[in-house]
Amino acid sequence: MDIQELPKERRIILKHADDPNYSNRISCYLREGGYDILKKAFAMKPEEVGEEVLKSGVRGRGGAGFPAGMKWKFLDRKSGKPIYLICNADESEPGTFKDRQIMYKDPHQLIEGMMIAAYAIGAKKAFIYIRAEFFEGARILDRAILEAKEKGFCGDNILGSDYSCDLVVHRGAGAYICGEETGLIESLEGKRPNPRIKPPYFPAVLGLYQCPTIVNNVETLCNVKHIVDMGGEEFSKIGKPNNTGTRIWCVSGQVRKPGYYEFECGALTLGEMIFGVCGGLLPGRSLKAVIPGGSSAKVLRADERFEGTLKDGTEFDWGLEDIPLDFDGPMAAGTMSGSGGIIVMDDTVDIVEAMANINAFYAHESCGQCTPCREGSLWMRKITKRMCSGGAREEDADLLLSVANQIEGRTICAFGEAAAWPTQSFIAKFRDDFVNKAKAGDQPRDEKSLQLI
Amino acid sequence: MENRLNLSEQTLSKIDEVVPKYPEKRSAALMVIHLVQNELGAVDDPACEWIAERLELTPINIKELITFYPMLRDKPWGKRHVRVCRTLPCALRGSYGTCKTLEKKLGVKEGHVREDGEFSLEFMECLADCGQGPVVIVDEQTYENIAGESAEKFADLLLKGKLESSEEFVSYEDGLVQEPK
Repeated sequence: MDIQELPKERRIILKHADDPNYSNRISCYLREGGYDILKKAFAMKPEEVGEEVLKSGVRGRGGAGFPAGMKWKFLDRKSGKPIYLICNADESEPGTFKDRQIMYKDPHQLIEGMMIAAYAIGAKKAFIYIRAEFFEGARILDRAILEAKEKGFCGDNILGSDYSCDLVVHRGAGAYICGEETGLIESLEGKRPNPRIKPPYFPAVLGLYQCPTIVNNVETLCNVKHIVDMGGEEFSKIGKPNNTGTRIWCVSGQVRKPGYYEFECGALTLGEMIFGVCGGLLPGRSLKAVIPGGSSAKVLRADERFEGTLKDGTEFDWGLEDIPLDFDGPMAAGTMSGSGGIIVMDDTVDIVEAMANINAFYAHESCGQCTPCREGSLWMRKITKRMCSGGAREEDADLLLSVANQIEGRTICAFGEAAAWPTQSFIAKFRDDFVNKAKAGDQPRDEKSLQLI
Repeated sequence: MENRLNLSEQTLSKIDEVVPKYPEKRSAALMVIHLVQNELGAVDDPACEWIAERLELTPINIKELITFYPMLRDKPWGKRHVRVCRTLPCALRGSYGTCKTLEKKLGVKEGHVREDGEFSLEFMECLADCGQGPVVIVDEQTYENIAGESAEKFADLLLKGKLESSEEFVSYEDGLVQEPK
């Protein structure tokens, strides 16, 4: 693929992230015009800020892709209870490593975005829930908050106004389920992070301490700053309608140049990303499968065709390489862009082992609250592990599918789907690999193939 | 409150600082547990009782957190704790091999502490640095692309206590831009 023809990265969120002359201290942030947008926001009415976010069409960057402005609209302002803002910095979806770059390299951008969001929703207090594996990340944020407080950008009487909002860094302790917003809230309340059932526990109505709460992802909150900077309408011109702004794609697995790349939504296809931006596959390999949105997203098979009609009426007939990288493209192909974690697998991968690896993750991370998920994820791990230890049976594909189908739609939170979708899609698209595993019997692993379980 | 756990003044004052940050005391549980675990290496039953009393809770409210969250412990890890990422993106770049190399070189099985207490090894779920896997965290420093021969060298340096001074392995944290001159 000709590199010259590739669209260029457009770094808005990561503008300064890898600049060798830019550290995570406030001096660098201020040098580049930091906190000017906070001043601009404070000159507006809070509801005007919310209107701009709504107009921008920005969709949540954590995984579900729900419009952030709409989420804010659902906030129960009539209850008279205090309002809370929580930044979801758990970054727990396997394949995702974008929020790390923001927090370690440009933490003030997040703080500015959060203080603008807090002002817009009238939050009394704001929290950053950060995964515990980010030891230094939590220290960087703590120091950045102190720096911002000293300058009056955060804490009491922000910018000399009568609006105050304290910002607290809260560390998790290694549980994937804390990325689910109601699980996160339970965790922040000091409990086991068992997700809450919706309805009635929509955080915007009954969130932290049963008070109205907004939970937004790190990247989403950074976008709020840029929306106020350029105006919602201008922001909505970046990317495509219904897919506005940039996205930070995280590419991992078997490509030559894995990494994080920020592009306008829809600026390039999955093929351009893998074979162009990421330098293609390792020498002599061919593409087998791609998981486009973190490990929960349904897998795509390299030689699949995707046909249908887009929302705007255009008909499409895509190969995997033609899928546009935005929200709607992967959705049209029957999967999702999720948190933007693209996991690439080449022809050396044993698909059943990859499945077993994923199943081990979900079995380990199920909170155990709902029986179908707790038991089902465990059985899926056991079955796939047995298959990889020489005990594969021809009926295993159907057995796995039956377990997965009994999890989906029968749990309190979306973890059930997250655990079932990989199995359902792997079986649907790679059934032969599962059947052949049984036919081959107890064979040692192909020497080219990496151990995955 | 009596300092039954013999916590340092620094930890006690950090606890006093963190608790009032929350509208409800129970919310501070994870942060207090982290502080106690950082100093003692683990949160055993007496520690659960002490934390519960400090936050006006019952011990089970703390114990249920210790037994749920993967990074909370009722027994300490070794002096140097090594975490290797197991999840798919790192596995696709050889993390199972990395873990085996570390098991062999450090002389400890994953999930265990070496008999002399010097090293412990954990094969854990996603560490959110998937682009540069396999990822290994030693204590609180994150190292990237630790596979094959590089994993052997890495383990040797770690054993000799020379990992931090090595120029070949610079952690993600140390690789960040420091204050520009």
